[in-house]
Amino acid sequence: MRRAIPAVFVTLGGLVLLASFHTAAGGKPRSITAPTRSSTPAAGTGPAPSGTTVPTTSGAAIGSRQIDGPVVPTQFGDVQVRVIMRNGKIADVQALQMPFDRQHSLELSQAAAPILHDEVLQAQSAQIDLLSGATYTTSAYQQSLQAALDQSR
Amino acid sequence: MTVAASSSRIVVRPMWGTMIRVEMRDAVPDDAIEPLWQWFQRVDDLFSTWRDDSEISRLARGDLELTATSTEVRVVLDLCARLKSTSRGAFDTAFAAAAADPDAPGRCAIDPTGVVKGWAVDRGGELLGALGVSDVAINAGGDILVRGSTPWRVGIQHPWQRDKTAQIVALTNGAIATSGNYERGDHVVDARTGRPAVGLTAVSVIAANLALADGYATVALALGGEGMGWLATRPDVVAIGITDDRRVVKTAGFDDHVVKP
Repeated sequence: MRRAIPAVFVTLGGLVLLASFHTAAGGKPRSITAPTRSSTPAAGTGPAPSGTTVPTTSGAAIGSRQIDGPVVPTQFGDVQVRVIMRNGKIADVQALQMPFDRQHSLELSQAAAPILHDEVLQAQSAQIDLLSGATYTTSAYQQSLQAALDQSR
Repeated sequence: MTVAASSSRIVVRPMWGTMIRVEMRDAVPDDAIEPLWQWFQRVDDLFSTWRDDSEISRLARGDLELTATSTEVRVVLDLCARLKSTSRGAFDTAFAAAAADPDAPGRCAIDPTGVVKGWAVDRGGELLGALGVSDVAINAGGDILVRGSTPWRVGIQHPWQRDKTAQIVALTNGAIATSGNYERGDHVVDARTGRPAVGLTAVSVIAANLALADGYATVALALGGEGMGWLATRPDVVAIGITDDRRVVKTAGFDDHVVKP
């Protein structure tokens, strides 16, 4: 997932992640300013923060916690990220919701979601000029469909 | 070997461990394309990983400095570097060599063979154009460059029924390359995992030139199950993939080339 992080930010494109973490120890309130659209004036007017603080099993004042950002609609679908913090630092950023669930699909989003048609494999035996296939050896050529076609001409 | 067809001439010669088939609709004698065979032979001299005396083998052993190599070698290695970058490491010339037994024949520490053939055929097509042979199809072991004024009908090999095609496309000026693991076994390895690529049995890529088509087909096969999704993001190519579970997957635009039988 770590490798997907740059793609996440690229996908968000016109969105600006304004994350403001109050990380001092001692039980101060912690909050995350939600991602807001870049056209929106700065903090305070964006979507209401929906961050949650999850204490770790250690129970220590300085530990791990995860903060979920709000669901942000994009042209490809909803995006939501989770920030994992350890000892006051960002340890990881995970995608909770993505328009697609795999990294390569993030790039599909960037390419304006091209369509992949899926259909049943068929076998045809129509007249052709040339045959494209996996590279055959010199000797295997004699058994190839291309050679057979040439001999029939 | 020459085959006289009704309106075209076909010349087939062994080259690069496979067969190269040149079909000409132009009214020219067979020996008009002799410079093409000389060029292909030079490519073998420079790039064959099966020959100890090729520049690529000498470079791999350290017997030849990169700066002392021919321009063609540096151009191809640059192509490989760009392909490695766009494929996020799935295509890696150094890896392709290291993954195999270094003592095995046909292996050296740099293996650019996923790119060389397409690039060399593109240059061959330009050479033929300069010689006045402009209505021509070069089929290098299943990877094809066509030039002309009327479409060439190109069949895509059916992986499991060897006397059948899976699809037929029409190409007038362009290239189609097919990578598959059905002809010589699992010879494409995903450089990210070091294991034979799985997910795709075959993939064919149509592009303006064969270097692009050949390189991308190789990368897509190495990416396996992610290969078609990756191809769908690449501009300037369309592709068809046949999955291990016998489905056909096409990128948007591929059907524009399809000819109904």
